[in-house]
Amino acid sequence: MSDPLAGPGWLLGAAAPSDFFRDRSDGGCIQENKLFCPDWAIDNIDRYTDPTLQHLVLVFSAVAAGFLIAFGLAVLAHRHRALSSPFLAATGVLYTIPSIAFFFLLLPITGRGALTAIIALTAFTLQIIFRNITTGLRNVPPEVTEAARGVGLTPKQILWRVEIPLAMPEIIAGLRVATVSTVALATLAVFANGGGLGAEIVSGSNITFKTGIIIAGSIAILMAITFDALLLLTGRLLAPWKRVEA
Amino acid sequence: MIPTPVAALGLFGEAFQFVFQGQEAATGGVTVGGTGQVLDLAGKQLEVTLLALAVSIVLALPVGVFLGHHGKGEFVAVSAGNAGRAIPELALIALMAAAVGVGLFNLVVALAILGIPPILTNAFVGIRQVDRVSVEAARGMGMTDGEIIRKVELPLAVPTIMGGVRTSAINIIATATIAPLAGILTLGDFIISRNVYGDAGVLAGAILVALMALALELTLAGVQWKLTSPGLRIRRAE
Repeated sequence: MSDPLAGPGWLLGAAAPSDFFRDRSDGGCIQENKLFCPDWAIDNIDRYTDPTLQHLVLVFSAVAAGFLIAFGLAVLAHRHRALSSPFLAATGVLYTIPSIAFFFLLLPITGRGALTAIIALTAFTLQIIFRNITTGLRNVPPEVTEAARGVGLTPKQILWRVEIPLAMPEIIAGLRVATVSTVALATLAVFANGGGLGAEIVSGSNITFKTGIIIAGSIAILMAITFDALLLLTGRLLAPWKRVEA
Repeated sequence: MIPTPVAALGLFGEAFQFVFQGQEAATGGVTVGGTGQVLDLAGKQLEVTLLALAVSIVLALPVGVFLGHHGKGEFVAVSAGNAGRAIPELALIALMAAAVGVGLFNLVVALAILGIPPILTNAFVGIRQVDRVSVEAARGMGMTDGEIIRKVELPLAVPTIMGGVRTSAINIIATATIAPLAGILTLGDFIISRNVYGDAGVLAGAILVALMALALELTLAGVQWKLTSPGLRIRRAE
């Protein structure tokens, strides 16, 4: 690649890399790089185990960290209303910066790797979760908190026993949006050397292997749907009096 | 060669220099970076983003408003937003490039696939949320359906609709960063082709992409403010 303006040279390599040629019985499906080669998929499905697990770790760590931070910020903003706007603005900036740019803004600080990817993905989730928690807390009817005060609950008890349980549907809705988006975004972690399913899409120096793209993309979509369904169920368990809306 | 104050900034200094002066490619020979190439790639990223955003708005907004006005297709409109979030951006761009082909048209189609769902869902929800009493009052005054949409529902739905447009814009500009995978060189090329631009180029690309996304978001926030009727601005501020 002597001319940088010619674009990423590895785009131009048409054939799949040699480590994909484990299957020889599909009548040239792989050699011809057809849209989807089921025989190859069945023979090679084990190569997706590790990337899938890495992907799970990326998503779980980012959403868990994002939830803890956003929860803390939301409780603070609920207590001191003046903090609400600056928190919203700060998390808004973190949300707006594209994750792939965020990975490399962190480059001089955390280098390359899963940690960098997790930090950037966490930053992305903050606004979504923060917004939903504050909305949920704000929507608790004042009569309810008044009544709680009337029966002698302290502000702390009101928060944990009344306001947070009543805000649960919104909190879970925020977690669902954040989690599903993060599963999709985490495919980009490959650019930060963070592993995950993206590593099976931009495999080595090649992005033209269609079957691989479809398998990795499908696993990511299935993962998003599964997380979404699990959170929906959790929401129903935690707030049985109310249907959770996305 | 590097002036001392810049060198003290480490990689950030080098990135700064990459943007304004350029440097020799890591592969040797030619000079890369510099304001010329930066403006070129930034222009491309903006062009691709605005094209895809325009296509998304033109396709999704009328449908969302129509469905919202008639209260039909709630399941489709709301599910679209949920399903859209689950699409892995990298797989979408890669598959588009590998299976359909590289080039501007295909890229814009792929980006619009990401851009349409939030606009569709928010347009539906925004119109639907408008107080039915206001709509009935407008009908009582003799407004036609078209007038009700233009004069009552759309103005009241501006914040929600613009929320969708902004989400969409952020998704699109972020994904336009990996457009070089689809053969269109945007600022993401600095990030993706590290073998050419080196770490200084990668960091410069990241900074430029981040600034561009923030600028777009601020601009759209400004557009939203302009589109919101003055009476509603006051109510929202309370």
